[in-house]
Amino acid sequence: MAFLDKHKAIETHATLLMVLSLLVVAIGGIVQIVPLFYLENTIEKVEGVRPYTPLELAGQEVYLREGCYVCHSQMIRPMRDEVERYGHYSLAAESQYDHPFQWGSKRTGPDLARVGGKYSDAWHVDHLTDPQSVVPESVMPKYGFLSSVKLDGKYIGARMWASSMVGVPYTEEHIANAVVDFAAQVDPNADTVGLLERYGKVNVSNFDGQPDVTEMDALIAYLQVLGTMVDFSTFTPDASR
Amino acid sequence: MCAKKVIKKPAQGVGTTGHSWDGIEELNNPLPRWWVWVFCLTIIWSVGYVIAYPAWPLIKGATPGLLQSSTRADVQAEIDRFDAANAGIKASLVAADLTAIPADKTLMAYAEPAGASIFRNNCAQCHGSGAAGVQGKGYPNLLDNDWLWGGDMEAIYTTITHGVRNTSDPEARYSEMPKFGVDGLLEPTQINAVVEHVLAISGQEHDKALAAEGATLFADNCSVCHGEQGMGDRTQGAPNLTDAIWLYGGDRDMIKDTVNYARFGVMPAWAGRLSEDEIRAVAAYVHSRGGGE
Repeated sequence: MAFLDKHKAIETHATLLMVLSLLVVAIGGIVQIVPLFYLENTIEKVEGVRPYTPLELAGQEVYLREGCYVCHSQMIRPMRDEVERYGHYSLAAESQYDHPFQWGSKRTGPDLARVGGKYSDAWHVDHLTDPQSVVPESVMPKYGFLSSVKLDGKYIGARMWASSMVGVPYTEEHIANAVVDFAAQVDPNADTVGLLERYGKVNVSNFDGQPDVTEMDALIAYLQVLGTMVDFSTFTPDASR
Repeated sequence: MCAKKVIKKPAQGVGTTGHSWDGIEELNNPLPRWWVWVFCLTIIWSVGYVIAYPAWPLIKGATPGLLQSSTRADVQAEIDRFDAANAGIKASLVAADLTAIPADKTLMAYAEPAGASIFRNNCAQCHGSGAAGVQGKGYPNLLDNDWLWGGDMEAIYTTITHGVRNTSDPEARYSEMPKFGVDGLLEPTQINAVVEHVLAISGQEHDKALAAEGATLFADNCSVCHGEQGMGDRTQGAPNLTDAIWLYGGDRDMIKDTVNYARFGVMPAWAGRLSEDEIRAVAAYVHSRGGGE
């Protein structure tokens, strides 16, 4: 064990200690992380999953800013009780365009992975404005101020570009039309041909019922798309994943 | 008597680790025996684990492990087990005539608790955990006899299946009240008159002269949906205006708001989210709350 007797040399040289520690940690990291990038059964392609529209992306930013993830997870675990309550368990692909992902593990409120389409837009406005008015037993804070913060989507193109840098398939066309698409999604009378062509299935609605585009619109647009992209009536899970 | 100061002598034979910091040295005592054993056991355990469960990443996939463990298969098996246990009762619930369910004690013994749990999970957010709705906010009370679209089993079932005024289900119940004020269909003075008439037929304090004027306007503009007498029309989801039950509030200001801006209450369609037996169970539950017809 002559090698082990040399530990004094390592422990008394900070640089050497650092380099060797890095080496050891790197081995662990590589073994655990690298296979996830190439193993076929960890990269599941699921039909229907699309990048967020500019408005939904803005809504996700509001979601992050307000710290919704502190109380709400977005990850239905593969257990019967969760599937019975929230719907089909979450697939990795469903959060592949989330940066950062919102899985979470803290549920003061319910999981939101499949909240999309579960309630009406008007309910979301009522509930975000004053949660206790519709759910008296709720401990959620009020977010009525979202209705008074107007958005014009000026910077959402740059946000999409940032996403595209980390692998979200926003094309130049997506980014060039960001502001147009942003406005079109909240206006039921707008020309949405381009928006639908670029993104596929999109909820077009005046989400908050007010003429202006507000953070309330964006957040509800985001909530209403959560978990609705994959059609589970045609999805067959592969058991090996 | 003072105790003698105990100075521990270096244990015989163990020596030091050779570390020396400012003259402080560290004895090279062996690790506790139990700790070493637990450590060895975890190593042995890990070998067994690697053989039994998915572990080593290879080129195409990870080693599957002898147990062929799969979380997805596990949860599916668990769900199947419960589905199989309830298969009989669920099948008879689906096969039963909708209108016959409330009277069938065997079916109700299952449908009521099952429906209650579905209701609390999916419906309570709008209709309240006790199904009393939210008064004045547009979320209907399901306990009373005042139904917008009908309160028999078939009507409740249809409403739950397709929802109301949503965009996702083409068969959703639909009707749209015109925005009499915003769209300029009635002058502000005419709206005031109509509101007085509605106050009159609902037995509230009102201005008699204005109400008389409003009666004609009501007949011309509102009676198509709300009926000549203002009793409402369930085929169009038009509420009865003569009772004291108000979806969006029944005082002068709220009625005026409703006439001005109209209302457009939306309920999602549940057909995609709930299965046939679940929809029937929750319909039976709602029907059994007191207002069922």
